[in-house]
Amino acid sequence: MIPAAFEYSRATSVADAVNQLRTAGPEAKVIAGGQSLLPMMRLRLAQPGHLVDLNGIPDLDYVRVKDGSVQIGAMTRHATLVRSELLRANLPLLAEVAKEVGDPQVRTRGTIGGVMAHADAAGDYPTVALMLDAEIVTDRRRIPARDFFQHLFTTALEPDELVVEVDFPVSTGAHRYLKFRRRVFDWAIVAVGVQRLGDGWRVGITHAGPTAVRAHAVEDALRSGATPAEAAERASDGLNPNSDVHASSEFRLHLAQVLTRRALEQAA
Amino acid sequence: MAVSQLIGARVQRREDPRLITGHGRFIEDRLPVGLLHMAVVRSPHPHARILSIATEAAASAPGVRAVLVAKDFHAQLSGTMPVTPAFAPEKKYVPERFPIASDEVCFQGEPVAVVVADDRYLAADAAELVVVEYDPLPAVVDPEAAMVPGSPRAHVEGPDNIGWDMTFDGGDIEAAFARAEVTVSERIWQQRLAPTPMEPRGVLAEYSPYDERLTIWLSSQNPHFIRLFISGAMGIPESRVRVVAEDVGGGFGSKISPYPEDYLVPAAARILGRPVRWIETRTESVQTSYHGRGQVFTAEAAALRDGTLLGLRLTQVLDLGAYHGTFGAFQACACLMAGGVYRWAAVQGRTIGVLTNKVPTDPYRGAGRPEGTHLCERMVDRVAQEIGMDPAELRRKNFAREFPFSNNFGLVYDSGNYDGSLDKAMELVDYSGWRQRQAEGRQQGRLIGIGCSTWVEICGFGPSEATAGATGGIALVEAAQIRFLPSGSVAAYVGTHAQGQGHDTTFSQIVADTLGIPMEKVELRHGDTAEGPSFGYGTYGSRSLAVGGMALHKAAMVIRDKAQRLAGHMLEVSPDDLTFEQGTFSVKGDPSARKTIEEVALAAYGGKLPEGMEHGLEATSYFDPPNWVWPFGAHICVVEVDRETGAVQVHKYVAVDDCGNVINPMIVEGQLHGGIAQGISQALYEEVAYDQDSGLLLTGTMTDYLVPTMNEIPALTLDRTVTPSPTNPLGVKGIGEAGTIASSAAVINAISDALSPLGIHHVDMPASPDRLWKMIQEAES
Repeated sequence: MIPAAFEYSRATSVADAVNQLRTAGPEAKVIAGGQSLLPMMRLRLAQPGHLVDLNGIPDLDYVRVKDGSVQIGAMTRHATLVRSELLRANLPLLAEVAKEVGDPQVRTRGTIGGVMAHADAAGDYPTVALMLDAEIVTDRRRIPARDFFQHLFTTALEPDELVVEVDFPVSTGAHRYLKFRRRVFDWAIVAVGVQRLGDGWRVGITHAGPTAVRAHAVEDALRSGATPAEAAERASDGLNPNSDVHASSEFRLHLAQVLTRRALEQAA
Repeated sequence: MAVSQLIGARVQRREDPRLITGHGRFIEDRLPVGLLHMAVVRSPHPHARILSIATEAAASAPGVRAVLVAKDFHAQLSGTMPVTPAFAPEKKYVPERFPIASDEVCFQGEPVAVVVADDRYLAADAAELVVVEYDPLPAVVDPEAAMVPGSPRAHVEGPDNIGWDMTFDGGDIEAAFARAEVTVSERIWQQRLAPTPMEPRGVLAEYSPYDERLTIWLSSQNPHFIRLFISGAMGIPESRVRVVAEDVGGGFGSKISPYPEDYLVPAAARILGRPVRWIETRTESVQTSYHGRGQVFTAEAAALRDGTLLGLRLTQVLDLGAYHGTFGAFQACACLMAGGVYRWAAVQGRTIGVLTNKVPTDPYRGAGRPEGTHLCERMVDRVAQEIGMDPAELRRKNFAREFPFSNNFGLVYDSGNYDGSLDKAMELVDYSGWRQRQAEGRQQGRLIGIGCSTWVEICGFGPSEATAGATGGIALVEAAQIRFLPSGSVAAYVGTHAQGQGHDTTFSQIVADTLGIPMEKVELRHGDTAEGPSFGYGTYGSRSLAVGGMALHKAAMVIRDKAQRLAGHMLEVSPDDLTFEQGTFSVKGDPSARKTIEEVALAAYGGKLPEGMEHGLEATSYFDPPNWVWPFGAHICVVEVDRETGAVQVHKYVAVDDCGNVINPMIVEGQLHGGIAQGISQALYEEVAYDQDSGLLLTGTMTDYLVPTMNEIPALTLDRTVTPSPTNPLGVKGIGEAGTIASSAAVINAISDALSPLGIHHVDMPASPDRLWKMIQEAES
């Protein structure tokens, strides 16, 4: 619980942050809200030699709607997403998901950009991004969510690349995100998100593998006229979840199906 | 008699203002000049031989003052860490335990080296540079496997893994079973629990070469015993060792016994001639603070078809861990309490303590009594289910009703009214209504369950005759000292120590009422061995009020009696002609002739004392209770299990408890809230899990070890009955552990009841969704 020594610097702009990362080299890590990084550092699972702090960069904390897309600045805190009227009007699913991230301390500090860059298997936002075909905007390019999340804690980001924004399509149709967990502030054992978008359903599954998964088989079944119960049976297709102290792999597969059915039934 | 004003009143906690405003004082708050910081290098293996320890790199790291290993401590510390003989006169294998390993490590987290440095970060950095070469040995993880002849041994030098094996016979068990019309048997698992107090352990020690005195600041429930142990090990007279525990941020039993660091920090301070501090990290806390429970029971109950209970036979296999916990054997009391509140023809309990390669187990809130209650209440429900009788009715049929009641082992329950608490609980929960809703729900496939736990506990440790032998010589009586100062303020010292129980408040209520003075005049002092009586016996086993509170009351009565004699002298009447009310002695029939106790106190330090009376107004008293005290109650829990996911929802939780007369109802309710939360948590959430093959800890962080928050604990409906104890002058019992003792059984009985339509009779803890889902799957296939 005592982190190793590290250098610390505070960036004043995106360009400054990228520059500092380059100067500091591969040992450097970016710190945004710190809600995942600091616990790993305290356990010495992560020992970055240098932290570049993004909290001094202005103008990365916003929710905007433009050209049918909801644009969220990377440093926007969970708590801001919970409170944002604009988000509730244009992407209510994400506002509801934000409300159930961690506990009040985590929601006050943690950022959407941090969640994306950290790519925890149990993260909720990656699922929403994936199922809605969101784009992750960096200091140099736009990366579709399906290409961004590569593996556990692994993204398409270059070592010196910064997430600056996440763009979601405006999605105001029926939706539901069901998170199964032991305690209200825990990571999801499994979670399922559903969103009505255009003439179809989007379905995503959290923590049933090393990355979030888009449940194409469920979406296809629904498009072919399957009932929620029938479609939900396809939710575990192709999944290969881990067993851990909280749940066995078989239970996670089962939960994927149950939660998918319930989410579709409860979507409003 | 003073009119009792404070006793029984909902007085706000006096300790809260300082704690809430951040003025509490914990081990980490103290910053002596020249302080050094210690980090501990621990074994990553559950069992291994140490081949070599290379300390050079660590020793030359920045800011490092010393890297110490076992041989450095051999000159400082003698003997083995203590193990009380409690409950096991025929202890078999008791491995010696030096606070730091030299040749063999026997659990993951056992200390192998310490680093002392200028700050905590440097110490932690350098600890990573200590290179220990290990030769891993087979680890024994499962206690039942460890009992099998030929099992790997937890200590390579041990003859086997059996720490103790003894049987308590309470009546003719064969005869009881011979009469049985029905028998049920069950295997009941008590998972290991990590106490996880909010303040982890911490030790700060300073050795003064000037007067050869050692001062230890320690987060402890038990400062005087620690003084005894450390002074013995370090060869310093007990009078020159001072142990100070100021605010203690929770203990739950984990801060009773001495730990390796309690020896290593003072020894390092003496070696280095500087104050040294070690603060446990949360990871170390889950890994190395003594665990609770860790037992597996097999039990068989015999009954008649009309619900008459006959016999209960059980075997407790207790996972000791790698060493005997100092007070670990106390948990064998599960056998002696397994009969609960019922009349049995016979109860027989065998307890087997088994060594494994895990951190030792030791008392944890309830210590043996939650396990005994859980077992008894589960078996009673199993009998009820087997003969098709309502479990509440079966309980009623077998309640002990005549008090004092001698249980099968000759333990004498002082007072009780088991019908009273069950009646009230059933009414509050709407028992018949829920039975009806349960029946209706079952028609729709819903799994609703109702669980009762009619519990009793033994607490208030304890009578000298019974406890002196159990601890190895020191009887668990309690001491108090009260000094009535000339200006009218009162300092009261007691040998118990609080870790959140609110003794500052409740004990001051007792002293203030007994002396007839305002509570603000009473200063309550505890936790410092340099003050007050020569010895104190600490806080655990719900003993503080029933033993420590009575010692204070006794000392206050000595003072009041002396004040009355002096007042009589001052008023020129016989002391017998005085009344004492609201702090004033008045002459009977002439109320204008009076003296306040403050006036008398001043006079006690002045001239003109009566013939033969010594100066001063102070008293030291020891209270040796004639019996233990026996709180009891009835808890009823209503749950619903999600058939698809195994998730448990608690619809209702009612607890009607009886701890005799109540000093402060708010404190009693607080104790029950916390205690019940811990029991519910054992039933549903917490478990220290080890990999069964490697023996490595799987739940080392608070992400994996599931301590619940207020969100996970349902609203509790509390009420009480009052059946005073005849054991002490105030008629009080204990309430610190009651909630924990009662509640796991209520929750698990409710879940087992919910699942009974599926043919499931018993559910182990924690009743996690995954576990229940698998059971439901199996039952339905």
